[in-house]
Amino acid sequence: MNILVCVKQVPGSNNVEVDPATGVLKRNGIQSKINPYDLYGIETALCLAEQYGGNVDCITMGPPQAKAVINETIAMGASHGAVLSDRKFAGADVLATAYTLSQGIQKFGEYDLIICGKQTTDGDTAQVGAEISEYLSIPNVSNVLSIDEIKDGHIYVTASLDDKNVKMRVSLPCLISVDADINTPRLPSYKIKKNISDNAVEFFSFNDFDDQDEKHYGLAGSATQVERIFPPEKNDNKYSISGTSDEQATAIFELLRTKKMI
Amino acid sequence: MYNKINENDIKTLCGIVGEGDVLVGAAINPDYSHDELGGIERMPDVLVRATSTEQISEIMKLAYERSIPVTVRGSGTGLVGSAVPVEGGILLETTKMNKIIALDRDTLTVTVQPGVLLMELAAFAEENDLLYPPDPGEKSATIGGNISTNAGGMRAVKYGVTRDYVRSLTVVMPNGEILKLGATVAKNSSGYSLKDLVIGSEGTLAIITEAVLKLIPLPKFSVSLLVPFADMKSAIEAVPKIFTSKVIPTAIEYMSRDTILFSESYLGKKFPDTKNDAYILLTFDGNTEAQVESDMSTVAELCLSIGALDAYIVDTDERKKAVWSARGAFLEAIKASTTEMDECDVVVPVNKIDEFIKFTHSLAKELGVRIPSFGHAGDGNLHIYICRDDLDDEAWENVLNNAFDRMYDTAAKLGGLVSGEHGIGYAKKKYLKSQYGQTPIALMMGIKKVFDEKNILNPGKICF
Repeated sequence: MNILVCVKQVPGSNNVEVDPATGVLKRNGIQSKINPYDLYGIETALCLAEQYGGNVDCITMGPPQAKAVINETIAMGASHGAVLSDRKFAGADVLATAYTLSQGIQKFGEYDLIICGKQTTDGDTAQVGAEISEYLSIPNVSNVLSIDEIKDGHIYVTASLDDKNVKMRVSLPCLISVDADINTPRLPSYKIKKNISDNAVEFFSFNDFDDQDEKHYGLAGSATQVERIFPPEKNDNKYSISGTSDEQATAIFELLRTKKMI
Repeated sequence: MYNKINENDIKTLCGIVGEGDVLVGAAINPDYSHDELGGIERMPDVLVRATSTEQISEIMKLAYERSIPVTVRGSGTGLVGSAVPVEGGILLETTKMNKIIALDRDTLTVTVQPGVLLMELAAFAEENDLLYPPDPGEKSATIGGNISTNAGGMRAVKYGVTRDYVRSLTVVMPNGEILKLGATVAKNSSGYSLKDLVIGSEGTLAIITEAVLKLIPLPKFSVSLLVPFADMKSAIEAVPKIFTSKVIPTAIEYMSRDTILFSESYLGKKFPDTKNDAYILLTFDGNTEAQVESDMSTVAELCLSIGALDAYIVDTDERKKAVWSARGAFLEAIKASTTEMDECDVVVPVNKIDEFIKFTHSLAKELGVRIPSFGHAGDGNLHIYICRDDLDDEAWENVLNNAFDRMYDTAAKLGGLVSGEHGIGYAKKKYLKSQYGQTPIALMMGIKKVFDEKNILNPGKICF
């Protein structure tokens, strides 16, 4: 069973600054890391490969230095990795990103299962996984909480629908996006990291893809334009309520009522 | 010898701190009768919550004049019964004195009241791109308590202990006199260091009401390594060898698989790796990524060359949290795994750690009890727990006495001392006396008498 995990390189700290003039994330001098949500996907894949046999590969789209996150997935136990990197891919929104990844995946190998993290810490859209599955014409399940079994060409999963969980049987190949905290991701191994061979990571650019229409990639292929990026406002307002439990409950109720929250 | 608190005393105390902060009888929560050490408890006659140095001075004037014992208490997280008012009297709580008064960027010092919690100070320093290096495991302890026990913590390997970061103290003497000991200076050869006598004196010499603490610039990068070994013997034998690499990690902790599993079940959260029997957890910090990486690689290579099975890299906030939150919960996790436990906080020279831990393993077998341990392998300070499990009262007492006698005796033979960071308090007095012998104890008693001739401050602790 061959599994592919999609990963993304994101800023190493959650306290990123946004350039007020350009609205662009200040990435210079900031360490980067694998999107923490993707680590649950990698762990899921490695556990499945241990249980059912097969390989785990990883893929990312980004600048050449995104190779670092692929190396990290290999240090965690993945076999190979691919970096999709080309100036033509720059400025991609979720749609163009998903399309580029789907083109790259078709070039990189054949997979029974593709796993994505729930979302990224820098984009927070949680759309790329589902869109890749559309472009690859394979089924997709989001918010997967557990993989219960793989049998007879099907994967059995439990997924969250917010107010209820649903158990599903999905035919392979398919794409799943796993929820956060469904496992504890293993740590990268120093021993593997220092022995990663040069050919463990493959680079793909626009010229390698079947679709040679530039308008489908990067800014040109994006259905949306980012007008402004800004960090969420921090609200440090605090109310302190004291008294007995009953008094506190009444005060909270009154507060919510006057603010028309209930 | 001591006078009982009477109605007039209560009135006077109310006059000093206000009625709301003077509690007697059933109004005192039973938690005030003990600290985190089991087995020793006594309710105070009165609980007083002070909010200023001047109030504490007035309280001590009353206590001195009336010969009333006074025990100071912070968060009550001590492990040797230091904050238990074994003679009754006044229990003086300092948690309301919890202000960070000033940050002086010129001298890199912070002035704090004693009730500031360690976690509050750590966060404050970090917000200002600074670091308060002492890092004891109990983050809800007060700074006053940390200074009173000269608390150490995980970063002691590289940065030292609380004493190394106390520039000066404002203290109230047993007779109510307010003194400032030490100064905001980097060097001091001005006579006996009274400040250093008060540090680690567990509230027996004077009451700390304000402290000026040294901070350092916050190291910009840090990374940890979780190094698995096939067994505890190989893991602990590796520790002294790590120092030969000439890299000084910020922390070196050792942990067994059993302890990690207790922690998993206590936190309800899986640890990133439990496949191996023993682990060493190391941290490296510095101001450049290249330097930290180089230190990490040097030690990783050394560990692999002496039998480590791998070296797992703990480099992001998420990974650090997964590993260090488990490490932080070890004490509570072991506690939750048994019916009762007692702890030995010995410190031995770093090149004797392996010998001492191997001894505790053979002792556990011999006595037929569980003796899990974890600790600061890098500074020789070990936390060893004797678990009661299903022993009856008599068997438990026998095992405990036997185990403690043998462990302190062995530690002393290896050149170690009774306590690395928890203090002596009430619980470890006999071991201190037995190790130090007559003259050092007589010197300690003499010092106590000079500070507190009426023996009203935290009586029944350390050497009395």
